[in-house]
Amino acid sequence: MIQHAAILPILIPFAAALLQLAAKGYGFAVQRAIGLLGALLGIFAAIWLVQLADAGSVLVYALGNWPAPFGIVLAVDRLAALMVLLTALLSGAALLYATAGFDERGRHFHPLFQLQLVGLQGAFLTGDLFNLFVFFEVMLLASYALLAHGGGLARTRAGLAYVALNLAGSALFLIALGLLYGTLGTLNLADVALRLQAPGIDIALARLACMLLIAVFALKAALLPLSFWLPHAYAAAGAPVAALFVIMTKVGIVAILRVQAIALAPATATADLLDNWLAPLALATVLFAAAGAFAATRLRDLAAWLMLGSAGTLLVVPAFAQSTVTAAALYYLLQSTFVAAALFLLAELIAARRGAIADDFQNGPAFHAPWLALAFLLAAASAAGLPPFSGFLGKLMLLTALRDSGSAAAIWFVLLVSGLLVMLALARSGSRLFWARKPDLPSPAAPAVSGRQTAATLLLVAPVILLALFARPVADYAARAAAQLHDPQAYIAAVLGTHNPEIKRETRP
Amino acid sequence: MEALLATAIAILTACGIFLMLRPRTFSLVLGLTLLSYAVNLFLFASGRLRMDAPPLIREGAAYTDPLPQALVLTAIVIGFGMTAYLVMLALRALSESGDDSVDAKEKT
Amino acid sequence: MQPDLLLIAIILTALFASPLPLLLQRFGRKFASFGAAGVMAACLALLAPLVPAAMDGVTLVAGFAWLPDWGLAFSLRLDGLGLMFSLLILGIGLLVVLYAHYYLPETDRLGRFFFLLLLFMAAMLGVVLSENLLLLVVFWEITSLSSFLLIAYKRSQHESRLAARIAFAVTGGGGLALLAGVLLLGHIAGSFELTQVLAAGERIRAHDLYAPMLILILLGVFTKSAQFPFHFWLPQAMAAPTPVSAYLHSATMVKAGVFLLARLHPALAGSELWFWLVSGTGAVTLVYAAYIAFYRYDLKGLLAYSTISHLGLITLLFGLDTPLSVVAGVFHIINHAIFKASLFMAAGIVDHECGTRDMRRVNGLFKFMPVTATLAIVAAGSMAGVPLLNGFLSKEMFFAETVGHPVFNEINWLLPAFATLAGILAVAYSARFIHDVFFNGDPIDLPRQPHEPPRWMRAPVEVLVVLCLLVGIFPQWSIAPILHVAATAVLQHELPPFHLAIWHGFNAPFMMSLVALGGGIALYAMRHPLYAFYGRLPSIHASIVFERFHNGLAEFSAVLVKRLDNASLQRYLALFFAFVLALGYWAWFSAPASAQPAMTQPADAASAVALLMLALAASGVVVLHRQRLTAIVFASVIGLIVALIFVRFSAPDLALTQLAVEVVTIVLLLLALYYLPPAAPAEDSMPRIARDAALAIAAGAGLGATAYVMLTSPFDTISGFYLAQSVPGGGGSNAVNVILVDFRGFDTLGEITVLAMVGLAAHALLDKLILNAPTVDGEGRRWSAERHPLFLQMLMRPLLPLALMVSVFIFLRGHNLPGGGFVAGLVTGVALILQYLASGIGFASARLPQRLPLFLAAGLAAAAGVGAAAWAFGFPFLTTAHCHVTLPLLGDIELASAMIFDLGVYLVVVSVVLMVLAELGKLSAQEGVKN
Repeated sequence: MIQHAAILPILIPFAAALLQLAAKGYGFAVQRAIGLLGALLGIFAAIWLVQLADAGSVLVYALGNWPAPFGIVLAVDRLAALMVLLTALLSGAALLYATAGFDERGRHFHPLFQLQLVGLQGAFLTGDLFNLFVFFEVMLLASYALLAHGGGLARTRAGLAYVALNLAGSALFLIALGLLYGTLGTLNLADVALRLQAPGIDIALARLACMLLIAVFALKAALLPLSFWLPHAYAAAGAPVAALFVIMTKVGIVAILRVQAIALAPATATADLLDNWLAPLALATVLFAAAGAFAATRLRDLAAWLMLGSAGTLLVVPAFAQSTVTAAALYYLLQSTFVAAALFLLAELIAARRGAIADDFQNGPAFHAPWLALAFLLAAASAAGLPPFSGFLGKLMLLTALRDSGSAAAIWFVLLVSGLLVMLALARSGSRLFWARKPDLPSPAAPAVSGRQTAATLLLVAPVILLALFARPVADYAARAAAQLHDPQAYIAAVLGTHNPEIKRETRP
Repeated sequence: MEALLATAIAILTACGIFLMLRPRTFSLVLGLTLLSYAVNLFLFASGRLRMDAPPLIREGAAYTDPLPQALVLTAIVIGFGMTAYLVMLALRALSESGDDSVDAKEKT
Repeated sequence: MQPDLLLIAIILTALFASPLPLLLQRFGRKFASFGAAGVMAACLALLAPLVPAAMDGVTLVAGFAWLPDWGLAFSLRLDGLGLMFSLLILGIGLLVVLYAHYYLPETDRLGRFFFLLLLFMAAMLGVVLSENLLLLVVFWEITSLSSFLLIAYKRSQHESRLAARIAFAVTGGGGLALLAGVLLLGHIAGSFELTQVLAAGERIRAHDLYAPMLILILLGVFTKSAQFPFHFWLPQAMAAPTPVSAYLHSATMVKAGVFLLARLHPALAGSELWFWLVSGTGAVTLVYAAYIAFYRYDLKGLLAYSTISHLGLITLLFGLDTPLSVVAGVFHIINHAIFKASLFMAAGIVDHECGTRDMRRVNGLFKFMPVTATLAIVAAGSMAGVPLLNGFLSKEMFFAETVGHPVFNEINWLLPAFATLAGILAVAYSARFIHDVFFNGDPIDLPRQPHEPPRWMRAPVEVLVVLCLLVGIFPQWSIAPILHVAATAVLQHELPPFHLAIWHGFNAPFMMSLVALGGGIALYAMRHPLYAFYGRLPSIHASIVFERFHNGLAEFSAVLVKRLDNASLQRYLALFFAFVLALGYWAWFSAPASAQPAMTQPADAASAVALLMLALAASGVVVLHRQRLTAIVFASVIGLIVALIFVRFSAPDLALTQLAVEVVTIVLLLLALYYLPPAAPAEDSMPRIARDAALAIAAGAGLGATAYVMLTSPFDTISGFYLAQSVPGGGGSNAVNVILVDFRGFDTLGEITVLAMVGLAAHALLDKLILNAPTVDGEGRRWSAERHPLFLQMLMRPLLPLALMVSVFIFLRGHNLPGGGFVAGLVTGVALILQYLASGIGFASARLPQRLPLFLAAGLAAAAGVGAAAWAFGFPFLTTAHCHVTLPLLGDIELASAMIFDLGVYLVVVSVVLMVLAELGKLSAQEGVKN
């Protein structure tokens, strides 16, 4: 089995989805059981994959037994394994939460959820760019359907914008891939990296192709000015769906990191492709998100804006293509993902206790939920980058890593100021949600919050502390992953084999 | 010949994007259809143009590049799926908001 | 137990035992209080064994790694300064616990209060015992957070929450600046460990990042220690329960700032910048706050401003930067903590017993609570700097240092005069505190009848006042030793000789003290006109200003967000295209133009005509896109031409697929159109159309040009491999199909997964959807009442078996000739749909298999299953096998396991097409039922 470890994270949810479709007739209990079991297996598979990847060599899985670059291969390095594990954990918690009743608010929730996982995991694992497109589409269509799950005009509206924009993105993706193939004659990332350094390629076409590719990823990663869809879509989605969506922007970010580190940065033709525009726009995104968070009037909106902010923060990183910076970013990515997801779930749990006011930032009825308040305090403090929580460590690492970069002053300023704004916004919203009382309001009957919802939320809040306590092993893994990512030669050798110079190519036309 | 195809791609892209920017879901769908024609042609063109050389293996024949064709096939299928989804979503929006414009109107 | 373990144990105990009161409160509030006191006592007990060594000037460093590669370590340091502060924190902490037990209402179970108080104490201990500067920042921010929670303790009151947020905004923001500063400092010094940093003073001051680093750190210091202009949060923080004010906002937390001045003195001090920034800020704060304090009629307000003023004094002392001024600074930290804590407690007692703190009503309390009054008077005297009290000693040292300070030798009277002025004001507001509250006639309609507080509520005050006297009268044996080690730890070198005594003879400082006393009394004597004058000044309330600022910022952000994001898909798409264009053009033109010669093939008439038709059709769609039916017709024309292009350039499979998809898409659009308004109004403004046209043309031109360059330049491709391997490796002569089901079968698996989800989404989206179809068409003619015309049925019924035959044929040949599962699936699907169109939902659904999702699953399972089967033979997923068989009619067939894969594709396609179109059809069926 060990030689198939790489594909299990894709096949487990796929099989789960098929079983759930087959078991349609047998009621929700079965669907949920299959889903949760699949999630559990997925987590185990992911942990296993992390262990295998941490041995240091890139695992390559040639589908159909066709060697790269001719066939499609999965290439599992530490980064891919880490993202797979993160996705597995996040989706597990989100699914657990959804099984408390959200999944009944529409049809086919469970298979769609599993297929979304297929798309996500495939996107993280594949080493072939066209295959990446396919998995993007799997991921997106599932997300379209999940976003609409539960119904309501708000979701349909947000969905329409989200879908249309992403369809345009998919079209651009195809153009980029066509151009890439038409210029370099290959679709495998490692081979692209090789060809970009080959003599006699049309540099202008190659640059254009890579740039369009990055633009597609930037749309998924919600870089200003392509970020407007995000707050609407995420705030409209149901809580567990939004929690799962948190990982989707990371797909774009990781894709940019990977393409930049393996293909663009090492090649003279494309080394400067991300310079002078990506980092500034990323900082603008951070400030814009901070403003949005400051102006937010509901907790779910605030959570969406915080998500956008963390995405922007991460988008500062790729242009530097430095191992230490990437390492810091990976730690930040982990912790920010959990916190954002937790906040989406908390928003709904809090709303459930405040009657008609829901999670609006206005004085509400009195309610007593100490664990909820504590969970919110932890998540908010971490999101605001307050010590001793993981958010602080992530910010600390990023500031340290970016200190020696040319534009350190600007980056530090933006990160710290946006941090202050977020802190103020959270302090106000928190004191409103939990402390401010409207006396004449009767406290609504205690909502039936199931143990599963509580458990799922706590599972997502726990990393705030765990990632801080065990910061060293996590940060060290991130450092190893970053070092591996920035050693493209090893990646190329692993994917294409050492014989890669004599891959047979023919000149056309 | 290349110029002709390039022009076709240009025309389809321009028309498609223009339609996508119209305020109604239906024209959005139309525009997307045109754009995907253009995209498929572009993807197809990445294998260069070759006449009377279908990639069907037989004795002593010349073949055009088969890979882009396979990619375009996948693209066509996925494009079809996406169009179908968008149409359904548009109908849902129509039934929920009673109008088929792409942007939320403040409903009373 | 080793000392280093003890040191670590202190912090960890404080941190992890802080929830103890929460657990104990269920047994009653007494238990909560005892729990809190117990934790503090435990910390003291752990500290005790370490005291002797520290008193001998030994610096103990202990800890463990946390995030070593990033400079963060859990390393602690116990030296004189740390010891002095730890004793203050724990000692006063114990007294505050006792006091709070009586101060807070009986209804309060105290668990939460003491939990937060202990949390703060732990963080404060962390600050003063940190060896690693990043760890210090960590604890620093925790004090801000716990202070936020403590100020907002009366959480249902708006002003408490607001005050908490103000304090949090200022101190938390300062913390961020401090973080940045410390990161710079660590970068300059090459380490975050104090031992190295303190040793690197020269290098640090020489570094060109010194100035920004110092300013950032001082921002942290000044915000925390409420220095002007960041002082405004502290008076607000008086909304907190008085024990909190006594503990955090006079004795400990606000001292964190000046503590850092002392801690980093060897590393940062000794520069012009330091002198001017620190002493300047301190001096301004000292006098300004003292002046304001004189006018406060709220008891706690007066004490708050006096606290600010004294913090200014300490800051000024560290700024003056002579060895003895530093000693005086450390000394005054202790003294102020002692007398100010007792004063807050006394004020709390007054508040508690009278129900108000307004000095315009609280008068003449001496006769009601003589003991408390005496205690408060002594403490206030110390605050004023009256001889025989501890405040007097440090005040004298301060005066002494101002006389003849090196920097001011030209205008050597300036600093002493300034100090004396501050002294006068201090005496004045102390006099007001004493006289207004305890004498000055009789109380004015107090809510309660004042009397002495419970015995144990007063005890902490007594202890502190006794300390004031002890230090004031016997400084040499009471305070000198600890002061000596603390000051030595600050300066990191032996102290100059100094002598703590009440009487130094008739020297300048003594004169200044006398002037201050006399002047202060005089100033208080002429208070009434001054109050009247002050009353006429416009008053600024920090809380209102803050709230206004906060809301203003929120509104600004809201406007900004709305401006940029108007929730319009049109804008999103326009931005997207524009952005991509910009990036694309930059990437293109920033590169050297390709040198290769364009190699073209001659165009022929047919192709030109086709292009012309395509152009016409496309422009037809654009122009007539609001006549929707017409637009669809034009669009289908384009689809056909695209198919022709595929045929022309040797892509039969694509042509076939294009045609099949075209048909289904058109049916889909027509069905959708049945519900949509047949025509859309003209609603675009001219500029909008112009903008979009420009964008569209730019994009089209760009992509067209790119396509041309790509088409006309040669490239190296790997595709030879597929042609070579198609038959031997893939077992099929149709290379495209072999790629789809074998070489890149994984793509196809994903592709049909997408399709399958479209089918599921059709259920999910269109379920129970109600749409009102118009009863008339675009031209207002009624739709034919006859839903399923007979001739259509006659035509379609026999067509079905034929179509099925065709699809089987297409499917089987697919692996070798154009065709395959996808096209076959579409053909079948279309045939079935036509049946349904012709004969109606009843007929169709009677014959359609129910639960199509099962078919989806089956299709996907077939495709994935045959892929997984390869595992049995030890091959990776999707590895194929093939063999030859000869069938009648079809002749020699390459039977490949890939065909099962293709069968999966077929199944998925058929069921998805049926699900989507059938769901769409159902809408009309429902609608038909409705009318």
